Amino acid sequence: METRRPLEFFITWFIRLTGYSSILFVVLILVFLVSEGLPALTEISVGELLSTRWYPIEAYYGILPLVLGSLVVTIGAMLIAVPFGIGTAVYLSEVARPVVREILKPLVEILAGLPSVMLGFLGIQLISPFLREFLLLPTGLTAFAGSLLLGGIAIPTIVSIAEDALNNVPQSYRQGALALGATRWQTIWGVTFPAARSGIITAVMLGLGRSIGETMTVMMVTGNAPVMPTSLKVLFMPIRTMTATIASEMGEVATGSEHYHVLFFIGIVLFLLTLIVNITASMVSRQKRTHRERVLS
Amino acid sequence: MLAVGSVLTILPIVAVVIYILVLGAPAINWEFLTQMPKNGMRDGGILPALVGTVYLTLGTALFSVPLGVGAAIYLSEYSSDNALTRVIRLAIVNLAGIPSVVYGLFGLGLFVVFLNFSTSILSASLTLSIMTLPVMITTTEEALRAVPQSFRVVAISLGATRWQAIRRVVLPQALPGIMTGIILGLERAAGETAPILFTGAAFFLPRLPHSPMDATMALPYHLFVISTQVPGMPIRVQYGTVLVLLSFVMGMNIIATVIRSRARARRVW
Repeated sequence: METRRPLEFFITWFIRLTGYSSILFVVLILVFLVSEGLPALTEISVGELLSTRWYPIEAYYGILPLVLGSLVVTIGAMLIAVPFGIGTAVYLSEVARPVVREILKPLVEILAGLPSVMLGFLGIQLISPFLREFLLLPTGLTAFAGSLLLGGIAIPTIVSIAEDALNNVPQSYRQGALALGATRWQTIWGVTFPAARSGIITAVMLGLGRSIGETMTVMMVTGNAPVMPTSLKVLFMPIRTMTATIASEMGEVATGSEHYHVLFFIGIVLFLLTLIVNITASMVSRQKRTHRERVLS
Repeated sequence: MLAVGSVLTILPIVAVVIYILVLGAPAINWEFLTQMPKNGMRDGGILPALVGTVYLTLGTALFSVPLGVGAAIYLSEYSSDNALTRVIRLAIVNLAGIPSVVYGLFGLGLFVVFLNFSTSILSASLTLSIMTLPVMITTTEEALRAVPQSFRVVAISLGATRWQAIRRVVLPQALPGIMTGIILGLERAAGETAPILFTGAAFFLPRLPHSPMDATMALPYHLFVISTQVPGMPIRVQYGTVLVLLSFVMGMNIIATVIRSRARARRVW
């Protein structure tokens, strides 16, 4: 029937094509990252790429300090975001009165919508001077400043997904626990929380994914020094992440040069890391409904 | 304890917004919004950055709205739950997870170098469009799915074709939800810096862009530039720029919220 109407036939095909387009874009992104990034492996040996010195001006392309830099900042961020994010989610879903919830939830959404460059600016203006004075550091632009702000960026992701997971726990679970004489806290800790576990793990994984990929904030506040982290002290020293390296150096390299290819290679590493995090997150969450929150967070 | 933790999480947001309002407000006046930057961006206004962000947002809408809404209609109204649909959903989740700077690399590789669009509003808008797609698709699909199945059944039983049912019944009912999704997606695009760094953002351009093939200044990148790259930048101008960017983004957020809540109040089903 649809073929008898040329307009409708055309529209149906247009809609089909747009439906398939997401697959096309993922493939295109992968193709361009690989075609521009893999030449790095032939121009520079794998051993050199995995070495500990990043100094492109003299053709030292060891990406290890950058990988570890990303890791340090991200771990720091998760140490902040996981307790505060999940705590807030439990509070909003289980404890807060409806009035309080209606006020707090939009505020979390505001935090999610703040441009990362703005958080970077606030990091430079407020957090880094505070850290310098308070911790007596030579500079406040450190991995720790990055972790603090990245924590703030990951929190709304974790709150919204974890809260949804908690809301999806059937009310009868809580009523059953309370009827058996459990206190509210015992109910949350012993029943509701375990029942929502997969959703909460998804929340944490996606918060992790956001932290690894965040660019402008970490570029502005972590001090941009590609040094090799050797001890825990690195948290209070300037470091450099993978994302910040791409963002700050890509503008100045010649298209097709060694340096250009290595930066794309770092892009491949980032792409794979976030891919693994995302696939893990979707494998953990058994419920199909979490699809929405995963994308929107 | 949970309440204290939550307040600790949320109070800083309120404090920061008020802080920006207080420090940014003195810089805002008509000249600041309508004049070119002067004296190495330390004086004058931020007109080209403001206009550039408007252009980029509109450019992003131009590509991402038809693509995103089309894909959402496909997923909600046409697709069945088969392997292909699952691959599409996996692709959308992955697009949502890709770091913004990697979108920048992709835009550089495909639009700037391969398709030779140069660093331009066009390249930047296309890059931002693809980055925005997952949000557009997911919110739109959700709005479409919220329309009760019986609406479609009745339309088709009255002799409407599938497209007529979508066009005349489902889309009008879902429109407020779709608008909310579009605005929230564009809000994200308007505030992004990393994807436009190498695809269309200009450090300093003392004129307005003439065509989609021109590079442009943009508010978020301008904020990055004046807070890290220009020595001796007056603090007043920096906070003024932050306030304009915040207002731009929050304004879109508020419009989306208003559309959503008004539609909810009016909903009859």
